[in-house]
Amino acid sequence: MDWQEIVSRALSREVRAVSRLISIVEDRRAGFEDVYAAIYPRTGRAHVIGITGPPGSGKSTLVDKIAAEYRSRGKTVGIVAVDPTSPFTGGALLGDRLRMQRHSLDNGVFIRSMGTRGHLGGLSRATSGVVDVLDAAGYDYVVIETVGVGQSEVEIASLADTVALVQVPGLGDDIQVIKAGVMEIGDVFVVNKKDRPGVERVVAEIRMSLDLAGKYSGHHGPATAMAAATATATATAAIAANAWHPPILQTMAESGEGVAEVCEACDAHMRCLVTDNALVERRFRRARSETMKIASDLIWRGLADDARTLGAAEGLAWKVARREIDPYAAGRDLRELVVS
Amino acid sequence: MNQGDLKGEYGRWKSGTYGKACARFPERRERFEGSSGIEVKPLYTPLDVERIDYLDDLGFPGEYPYTRGVQPTMYRGRFWTMRQYAGFATAEESNRRYKYLLEQGQTGLSVAFDLPTQIGYDSDHELSAGEVGKVGVAIDSLADMETLFDGIPLNKVSTSMTINAPASMLLAMYIAVAEKQGVPADKLNGTIQNDILKEYAARGTYIYPPKQSMRLITNIFEYCSKNVPRWNTISISGYHIREAGATAVQEVAFTLADGIAYVKAAIDAGLDVDDFGPRLSFFFNAHNDLFEEVAKFRAARRLWARIMRDRFGAKDRKSMQLRFHTQTAGCTLTAQQPDNNIVRVTLQALAAVLGSTQSLHTNSRDEALALPSQDSVRIALRTQQIIAYESGVADTVDPLAGSYYIEALTDEIEQKAADYIQRIDEIGGAPAAIERGFIQAEIEESAYRYQMEIESGQRKIVGLNDFQIEEERPSGLLKVDPAVGDLQCRKLEELRAKRDGATVEASLAALKRAAEGSDNLMPHILDAVRAYATLGEMCGVLRDVFGEYKPTVAY
Amino acid sequence: MMDEGRKIRVLVAKPGLDGHDRGAKVVARALRDAGMEVIYTGLRQTPEQIVAAAIQEDVDVVAMSILSGAHNYLFPRVTQLLRERGADDVLVVGGGIIPDEDIPGLQECGIAAVFTPGTSTGDTVKFIRENIKR
Repeated sequence: MDWQEIVSRALSREVRAVSRLISIVEDRRAGFEDVYAAIYPRTGRAHVIGITGPPGSGKSTLVDKIAAEYRSRGKTVGIVAVDPTSPFTGGALLGDRLRMQRHSLDNGVFIRSMGTRGHLGGLSRATSGVVDVLDAAGYDYVVIETVGVGQSEVEIASLADTVALVQVPGLGDDIQVIKAGVMEIGDVFVVNKKDRPGVERVVAEIRMSLDLAGKYSGHHGPATAMAAATATATATAAIAANAWHPPILQTMAESGEGVAEVCEACDAHMRCLVTDNALVERRFRRARSETMKIASDLIWRGLADDARTLGAAEGLAWKVARREIDPYAAGRDLRELVVS
Repeated sequence: MNQGDLKGEYGRWKSGTYGKACARFPERRERFEGSSGIEVKPLYTPLDVERIDYLDDLGFPGEYPYTRGVQPTMYRGRFWTMRQYAGFATAEESNRRYKYLLEQGQTGLSVAFDLPTQIGYDSDHELSAGEVGKVGVAIDSLADMETLFDGIPLNKVSTSMTINAPASMLLAMYIAVAEKQGVPADKLNGTIQNDILKEYAARGTYIYPPKQSMRLITNIFEYCSKNVPRWNTISISGYHIREAGATAVQEVAFTLADGIAYVKAAIDAGLDVDDFGPRLSFFFNAHNDLFEEVAKFRAARRLWARIMRDRFGAKDRKSMQLRFHTQTAGCTLTAQQPDNNIVRVTLQALAAVLGSTQSLHTNSRDEALALPSQDSVRIALRTQQIIAYESGVADTVDPLAGSYYIEALTDEIEQKAADYIQRIDEIGGAPAAIERGFIQAEIEESAYRYQMEIESGQRKIVGLNDFQIEEERPSGLLKVDPAVGDLQCRKLEELRAKRDGATVEASLAALKRAAEGSDNLMPHILDAVRAYATLGEMCGVLRDVFGEYKPTVAY
Repeated sequence: MMDEGRKIRVLVAKPGLDGHDRGAKVVARALRDAGMEVIYTGLRQTPEQIVAAAIQEDVDVVAMSILSGAHNYLFPRVTQLLRERGADDVLVVGGGIIPDEDIPGLQECGIAAVFTPGTSTGDTVKFIRENIKR
């Protein structure tokens, strides 16, 4: 298959072509920019949902169940599961699929595992592109499961339309996560493994920090028994108040309990984004961040690939090392050289 | 001589005589260690056993803490039960193998089931394709079980069945076969493995989620304490944990942690520890490192006695006795120069006997290549008989006791295992540690380290990474006829046509109701078994009610 | 920018009902340590599931392990399904307790190599590197 054929087949959701296209984009194989140009006009239709949270919070199981729920509503789902690449060997063990394998024979679910490949943010540098391929191929939802450590939360926020932040009682680091200021990026809060002791505390802590941020609507009573009601009520309230109040939902991903409500909440969030015209804003932010990233990438490459700049960089670096100039000055000089 | 003098003298020897020798002829390695990373010193002296109090820590055979064995006379009374794990293809063929083994002097049966049976699928289930009769015998219903034990009086043999998730069904079938032979349940001797936790952690033949599996297990404890009092209701197994790559210390720690979880579950279900405690049995692995293994068995016995007495308040001596079956280590066998495996198995079997095992399976030399052939099985059994009748090691109790090395090592293994158990307790017990992948990750780490030691040449395996020869692969390996699957499916079809469908339906419906409630399931399973409900049908009913376990940890 | 990010992707799978995954996990880890991306699908996979996963993950290699003796049925099913789905450019290797006499038949069915007990992971890595088809 040449790349035009791969693109046209992928756009009609032919599994092998989609999968090959993802590889082309992920590996940045020769010609991938042309491929990207060809599919990009077809993107923007999928609802991109990011699932993030600490390791051990049950993200994969939740993603598995979310996919099942959307499938039962006749929707198609693309899944991107990211696991860390070893910085020492460059290899990766991608194990998230293990929990989702039952979907493998369903043509309406596409699962792709990715390593971070040296990228530190909890997503791979290519994740955005892979999401675009699945979007262009026509999956109704694209669900991204992040690595769950490091800066994943921040990155996923710039990529997804809806971010579900998963917490779980008893990991010991729930408080830290909340303190670290990631609360702002959660559109939906999921407290998984709700049968564990300490669930009330986690819910209360999330609510408190949402209150502090002025985001929690707070008049729905105890969140414990009201998962479903909260999702819908919050959605309604949000639309009415012209602002989204992130619901706090409790789940048992293992048994599927509460997963329908998570899906409801994600859909409600999307409706709110659309009504609010906030979707345009979000997607603009993603486009801006992508463009900046690619541009800086290209500039960096220009530096690294070009013998002249490389030579200049070395010369400047010596000067910096000898304390003749400071590194900012050297950086400015180098930029002049590249831009000119 | 007092300890102070000894310390001085030891110091003198170490830096003098020994030190000089090492300077001239360096030792083979900088550091010697066993599988668990415990350093092996050049010499052990009374200084290494200073901490050990004979009466508290060793005691006498048949007395607490049972370090020296659970029976007062050990093998002077009678030898361990020689029990070769066997079973393949159809019930007819396995029945022939059992009769052969009994004729050859084997003293107990050990039934291997095929994978569909172990996972509760009938032979005609789509997932059974290619697996029927392969690693054991295919049992679909009571009819197969009747054939399996045809002509074998169940009041005369003790039978061990390696069955876990569907243990209650297979035990019910055994009881039903005995009924037909006129043998009452309270005369039956044997063991079901029934150890689901190690299936999640290491062996993989689980069906239901942990909570429901624990209910099935405690149902069996309760039922058997009243109706099948001589039956060992569980065989808490370190064997597979070790095979999966664990070290000796990990084997003890994870097995006893599982044991603690079962005891807790039964107590939580309202049983008295001394009602079921005496029927708990264990199953360990025997590896090549002779002294480490002997110390391991002794440490496990002492640790379990202390756990049962101090942690669970057991009063019955029998509750504190760790009785165990041993199998030699399948993972140590090589496909290269397979006859060498006979020697490995001999060393391993010797370790088990010196470690005072209650029963023993010796592996066959060809198990890295295929299912064992009849000749190989005979040699394996002869290995046990030679140890028993010719070596003399069985003539006194716990013969290695008092060796400074053995006692120091026993102590250290017990300590290290107890530390592990404490870590597991902190996580919330074995089920939680398995759910979080802690135990699996520890095992995997050890397995990988072992493999890398072999590949780097740091660990030598004779015939594998040293002393290799050019060789032809042996012929005459046992092969299961692929037609077994079809044959078994035909038998099922006939059974379904012949049996009373209404009775089957009714018994399955009753089982379902019981599963949805909180009744003991054993009587309902027995009813279904007697009606010739198939294993797949019974397990299917429970699958509907209980759901299926999905591993949640990638490791 | 030529194929700069190319990594060998391997699906490690346990077909059938066999639960002995020590070998599969050790191999998975060794392949990872050799710089490959390893997708582990866990136990009790049908040939259909394995092939579907291999295609979605666009792997270069499918590595399977069976110790139960069901290899003559399950391995060829996987290669057959890969062919049917046009993915015969995937290198398929197998491991486990597999009698010598079965190996030629398996190779005929498209199993490129059969690794029996005692094979070093280094040899497996080397074989994969030298034989991937794309």
